[in-house]
Parts: sequence; C-alpha cells; structure tokens
Amino acid sequence: MAKSQSAALDRKKLMADPIMVGTIVVLITFLTLFILYPLAILLVDSCYGGNGFTLATFQKVLAMPTFRTAIGNTLKVGFLVGILSTVVGLLFAYVEVYVKMWKIVGGLFKVVSMLPVVSPPFVLSLSMIMLFGKAGIITRQWLGIYDNSVYGFWGIVIVQTLTFFPVCYMMLKGLLKNIDPSLEEAARDMGASRWTVFATVTFPLLLPGLGNAFLVTFIESIADFANPMIIGGSYDTLATTIYLQITGAYDKQGAAAMAVVLLCITLGMFIVQKYYLEAKTAATLTGKASRGRMLIADRSVTIPLTLLCSLATIFVIMMYLCVPIGALFPTWGYKFRPLTFKWFGQVFSRYHGLQAFRDSFVLSLIASPITALLSMIISYLVVKRKFKSKGFIEAVSMLAMAVPGTVLGVGYIRGFSGGVFHTGFLQGIYGSAAILIIVFVVRSLPTGTRSGISALRQIDKSIEESAYDMGADSFKVFMTVTLPLIKDSFLSGLVTAFVRSITAISAIILLVTPSVYLITVQINEFAEKGAYSIACAFATILILITYGSVLLMNLFIKYFGTSRKLKPEKVKKAKIKRINIQVVKEG
Amino acid sequence: MSKEKKGVRLDHISKIYQDPKTGKDFYAVKNTSLTIEPGSFVTLLGPSGCGKTTTLRMIAGFESPDEGEIYLGDQAINALTPNKRDTAMVFQSYALLPHYNVFDNVAYGLKLRKVPKEEIKERVMKILDLVELSGMEGRMTNQLSGGQQQRVALARALVIEPSVLLFDEPLSNLDAKLRVSMRTEIRRIQQEVGITAIYVTHDQSEAMALSDNIIIMNQGVVAQMGSPQDIYYHPNSEFVADFIGEANFLRGTLDRMDGDHAILKVEGHATRVPAKEGMTAGAEYTVVLRPESAVLKDEGGLPCQVTLSCFMGSYQNYHVQVGGALVKLTDYNPKNKRIYQVGEQCSLVFDPESVHIL
Repeated sequence: MAKSQSAALDRKKLMADPIMVGTIVVLITFLTLFILYPLAILLVDSCYGGNGFTLATFQKVLAMPTFRTAIGNTLKVGFLVGILSTVVGLLFAYVEVYVKMWKIVGGLFKVVSMLPVVSPPFVLSLSMIMLFGKAGIITRQWLGIYDNSVYGFWGIVIVQTLTFFPVCYMMLKGLLKNIDPSLEEAARDMGASRWTVFATVTFPLLLPGLGNAFLVTFIESIADFANPMIIGGSYDTLATTIYLQITGAYDKQGAAAMAVVLLCITLGMFIVQKYYLEAKTAATLTGKASRGRMLIADRSVTIPLTLLCSLATIFVIMMYLCVPIGALFPTWGYKFRPLTFKWFGQVFSRYHGLQAFRDSFVLSLIASPITALLSMIISYLVVKRKFKSKGFIEAVSMLAMAVPGTVLGVGYIRGFSGGVFHTGFLQGIYGSAAILIIVFVVRSLPTGTRSGISALRQIDKSIEESAYDMGADSFKVFMTVTLPLIKDSFLSGLVTAFVRSITAISAIILLVTPSVYLITVQINEFAEKGAYSIACAFATILILITYGSVLLMNLFIKYFGTSRKLKPEKVKKAKIKRINIQVVKEG
Repeated sequence: MSKEKKGVRLDHISKIYQDPKTGKDFYAVKNTSLTIEPGSFVTLLGPSGCGKTTTLRMIAGFESPDEGEIYLGDQAINALTPNKRDTAMVFQSYALLPHYNVFDNVAYGLKLRKVPKEEIKERVMKILDLVELSGMEGRMTNQLSGGQQQRVALARALVIEPSVLLFDEPLSNLDAKLRVSMRTEIRRIQQEVGITAIYVTHDQSEAMALSDNIIIMNQGVVAQMGSPQDIYYHPNSEFVADFIGEANFLRGTLDRMDGDHAILKVEGHATRVPAKEGMTAGAEYTVVLRPESAVLKDEGGLPCQVTLSCFMGSYQNYHVQVGGALVKLTDYNPKNKRIYQVGEQCSLVFDPESVHIL
C-alpha cells in the first residue's frame, strides 16, 4: 500500500495556501535560530577544539572539584525540593478537594497559588534572609539568635519549596478533581477505612501524577538561578557555577561544557516526565468526576488539616509581605521607626529606577504580544492542521521548556557574540535590546503554547472545518474563528508572557549590557551587595506592576472575553449532549 | 436555484489509514467507484468504520485519496482545498461558530465571497425563511435548541448555493422525535432547492426516508447501491439484508426448477420461491424472509415451534424454531387474531413472492 498520492495531494493543498506556508517557514526559522541553534552551538563549542573533535573541555570541567560539587549539590537540592514540594502540594490539594473547610481558607489558598506567579523569582530568598538571617527580625529581634545562617543547602531547599509547591498544588488539584468519587465510595462501601481508601485507591491512582509533579519541580529547582544566587552563599549549584564561570573566570568554553551537562540532566528528566509520566497520568485518570464528592466533615480530620494548611499559608503570605514592609523600614534589622519612603525615593533618584522600570516595562511589553501570537499560531498548527514539519515545531517549542535560562543565556553568548556560526551574521543583535526581547519570547513560548494547545483541544475540530468548507483560507479561519474562540487563552497568554518577561533573570543576566537597566538585574545586584532595603523597594514596585497587569487582564477578560458571551444562559439538553460528544471525541 | 446542477463521480478511490495500535496500514476505503446523479439525494449507509464518513470527507476535501480521482461535474478536484471546492457540509456537531449570531453564521460564507451587503441580507433572510427560522437571526447559537442549530447549519450550507450538499450524520445528536421531523424537513428542502445531496448515516430508517439512492458500505467497499425498495426487497448479500431492516435467513438446497420459480428443500420441506439466474440443482441457497412477510397458521407451511411470543402494541412479536433455524416474526395488528403461545406447534406460512434468494 502506498500513501504517496495522498501525501502528494496534501502537499499540493498546503502549497495552495501561501500565508500558511510562509508562517510555517518563519516559525521553523525562528525556532531553529533561537532555540535549536544556541543549544547546538554549545555542544559543538564544548567538544570541538582547534584541531577537531575533542572531549578535553568536558574532561577539564568534570575534573574541576567545584563543578563536581555543584552537580552533587544541584541534584541533592532538586531531589529534596521535588519531594517536599510534592508532599506539601498534595496536602494542599487534598484538603481543598476532599475536606470541608471554611471559605476563607480557600481564599488563602488562591492567594498562595497566585503569589509565585506575580512576584520575581528571588523574593522569597530576600524575605528569608530578612526574617531568619543574621540580622533577621525573627531570629535576632525575637529569638535573640545572633549567628543564624540561612545561607546554603537548607536555605535554598526551604525557599525553593515555598516557591514551587503551588505548582504541584495546582497540578494535583486538577488530578484529584478528576478522580471519580464513586471509586472511593465503592471502597468505603466494602468496608475500607478512610486511610485505607487513601492508601489503596486515591494514592495509587495519583501516583503517576505525583511522579509528574515531582519531576516538574525537580527540573524547576535545577534550572533555578535566582534563589541559589542570593541565598546559596558558598553553596553553588550548576546554574550559579555556570554564571560564575562566565562572569568570574571568563571561561566561555568551560561554561558551554557545563551548560551541556546541565541541559542533559534537565532534558533527560523532561523526556521522562513528558512522554512517560504525562501519558500514564492521562491513562489512569481519564474520567471526569460523575458528580460531586461528599466532603469530609469529620472534625477530627478537618480541624488539624485546615489548621496546618492555614498556618503554612499564612507563613508564606507573611514571607511575601515582608518585602514591601522591608522597603519601608529606615534600616532593616536596626531601626524600624518611623516608616519611610526614602528607599523608594532612592530607587528613582540614585539607582536609575525610572530607567530600569522603563526598560523592563517596554521590553516586556514588546515581547508579550509576539509571544502570545506565536504561541497561539503554534498551537493552532499543532492541534488543527497536519503537515510534515508539525512534529518538529511541536517538539522544539516544548523543548524550550526543558532548557534552563542559564543554559540558554550561555548558548546565546556563544551563538551570537560572533554572529551565527562566528560569521558575523546577525552579530548586531548581540548586546542589543533585540536579543533580550527574543530571550523573553523564547522563555515564555512553551507556557503559552501549552495553554493554547489545551484551549484549542476543547474546541470541536469541525467548527474550523466548517469555516474552511465555507470558503475561508487558513488565515481567515485563524483570524475569524480560532483566535476569537481562544481569546481568553490569548489574553492570559499575553499577560503571562508579560509577567514572566518582566520577572525573568536567569538568561537575561548573562546577556544584558550596561546600557540597559532591568529591574530584576538591579534587584539581584542590590541583594547580593546586601542592600536589602533597596532590593525590597525595587521588588515591591515590580510586584505592584505585575499584580496590576494581572488584575487588568482579569477585568478585561470579564468584559471583553469570550467565555461570558459563550456561556449558555439556559443550559439546554441538546447543548449538554453536544458537549459530551465533544469530550468523547477528544479521547 | 439558477445554478447548473452537478453530479459527483468517484473513480477507483482508495484511502489508506494507519491502525494506531498495530501501526499497520489498512484500507479505510478501497477501490470505490460511484456515480451520483445531479440533483439526486444519495445516502452512504453502513456500520461505524465502514468508510462512509471518510468517503464524504474526501469529497469535501478534508482528506486526500490515496488512489483514484474525484470529479465534481467534469472537473477533477483531488488537488483542491476544501475552501476551493464547490461543496458545503452540514456537520454532525453542527459546528456553528459560537461567537457569531444566527445571521452572521449564515452570512459567513457570503461575506467570504465578497457578496454585496444588501444581497447578503436578502439571501440570508430568504434562506432563514426556507428553514423556518425567520425572526431568530439575532440569537446567539447557544440560545437555540438542537433542531434549530441544525437548521442554521443547513441554512449556512445552502446559502452559498453549492453544487453539492454534504451531510455528515447531521441528525445523530437530536432526540428520536426531532430526528424524524428534521429528516422530512431536509428532504423537503432538498426537493425544493433541487440540489445534489450526499448524506452519511448509520440509521437505516433515515436512509430509507431521505434517499433516491442508498449506497451500503462495509469494510471500505460498496456492498450494494440502489433505490430503497431495491435494497430492501433484493439485497445482494446477507450483510445487506441484515443491515437494512430485520432479516431471517433460511437455508435450502435446490430440488428442481419450476418455470421462473425454484423448489427449495428447507428443513426437509419443499418450498416454492422466485428463482434467480444460474441456479444449479443440489446447491445450497439462502432465502431472505422479512419478519413482516410471514404469518403463523395452524397448518399449510413450514412446521415450527414458538419460543417467544410477546405483545408489542402494534404487533405481536414471535420467535419460532424452524428445524435448526430461528425465525423472528412481527404480526401486525394482533387484535382479534389467534395468538400462539410459547411451546405451541404451528406452521410458518409466507407468500413466495415476498422472499428473495441471495
């Protein structure tokens, strides 16, 4: 059997659509040039010496004791953070889905899951130092401990766990909600205690999901640059070692080899997570809950669990609150009164605050629509169209998710400082604002694409087919049908990209030139110097900007989004039936 | 409609798919040739997975055939994208654009064709009148019932005046009563407009009620094509006989010919049935007996025993054992008739002209 004719016809049909072909070509060029090429150049650079192929660079960096410790450190931290985040996330998710709790606790949960999204990555490190460090309010002022060190292993672990557990919580909440309550009721009915039900039904069903959550946080922890930088002290992880190798030792080739090692670790885990665990999670938890769950109202269960979670939540919120409050104290750790705005004043008068906010704001504002549009186009192509290079586009845009920012930064240095393949081509973008925008786009693309893909999968394929059948070409279909239907996803992608860009640091810090001021880079600088009040003032304004833009988005979606208009005012039988059929079709 | 009607011709069409589980290629449609006359209503009927929807989607352009060529009128359309083909499809899930109201949904295709605004308005209103949705043009699609949504889908397809109208199981999401009234509606509109229509369904009564011609498909090939009567009374295989309506199969060996009738020995009893061409004495044949074309009597036919007797309102449902064969019967209007009880011995009597030899 030969499928050659249909393949030839499909190709012909595709070619009859120049806008579509053009888009695909542009996309492939973009992904190749700014994701694949920088990674490839790292590999080439680190094993291609003056006279051909060599593993000398790898041998050299692997022989460095600092690097070997860094690998061990990174894996140790990542492993522990992965486990702790999963456990805490599971606890929160379980309480939310299974336990009857006061409304206010649910509100607290929402705040906690929101905070890491809108705040720059190292805020918790800052507050950790300010609360528990040598001059920390709690350790020094309240407990009178003068030599408490938060720097190092435990500091990183605690801060990263607090930063990443909301991710696990959100993931596991979704999974728990999908477990059909009648499964557990059946087990209860046959005589199992609540604990036995959890151990023999809920937990096994959830296991692949837990593995998934664990690996996702493991990867996040390994890739994290900002927290180890600030709170790690002399405890170096791979991301910080690579950074120091470039900024301290000026050894770009060594850094490239180290980056390859880091990339291999995250990529390996990403592949396991994406292609093994995600599939398994979907396989065990396919069904939608058939009806509402009887919440556990037993006081001996609800009170301790709710209390535990509430305390943890309040602790996390307090950590975040510490940043704006810290910016108001005259001198942190010594003088708490009167509250003052002098640090905020200094941000603008002495430390190029206005320029930093303007640069960060403008660059992120340029990057976010590009990201949102690109990710929607990619999701449309991946979900709704079939063509040859589709697999490539999907794989590369997902691959970007597994690439730590530091690795990407080193890749850009190696790949563009001398132009593409050291030919001088595109050399102009290196050190310019353009490369920062491109990094912003590449860093946010996977999240946007993922949300776009899941939004598009909800839409019955025949809706677009019908428009196509009516005579619209691909471009028309995308503009008049696809985009309006996923407007919400597009808008939230826009804001997510903006927030991620304005709070980004890991790749940016390697590429930013003195002519551009970025807020995150400033915060990092002042935090490293120990100028916490200034860092806090910067961070507070940044949080206000990001939180404001999220609020703005929600308002916008509420009034202009699709969901309100499309929600049926009266749910009719036929409509329900239709939704069911679409769900079945998905499978 | 002023436009010239066009037929559709499939010339040795095949479509190959890959089995997602085994990774093996198989024919979803195999070497199928069809001619659909201009202005006729043709149904593709078959069980799920028989290739009917694939065939329809190839005509619409969503799938590309692996072998053969598709013609719309005289034009070969294999390489045309769906938006360049003069066909319009009515989808199973209606596929209305949820962010548009009824008017904009129907006007969508006309706007793409750059029809002047005034004319769009006129044509949309006219077509909404035809599908009896006048006054609904301002509604959002989710404010409509399933039947109304399907009318919008139909109006949207009709308004662009395509050469061929394609239906992909358009009624399967509606409840039973609505399905019946909608199919009469579809037939009325098709007759009024005089458009060529190709209709995919797995519901045989829908196919009967709608079509000029039915094409029965099974495992990627056409099993039989003909008018509804033709297919019901003269099925060419057990599959077709069983798929259209209910069928009982009686096996018998040819004893002798009697003019244009054959005498078959069925369970040891000589039975006279209309012959078909090229029958040979001694060979075994299968006779199709429809449940409504035989009755139970005390004597005068094939001896049998009742194994089920069940009152269904408009008919009495019987299962009787004729030798080794189980025969299902529906005896209509059972009031004032002699009702046979389970276990009774009786006789299966049928008019020779109402059976058919495969």
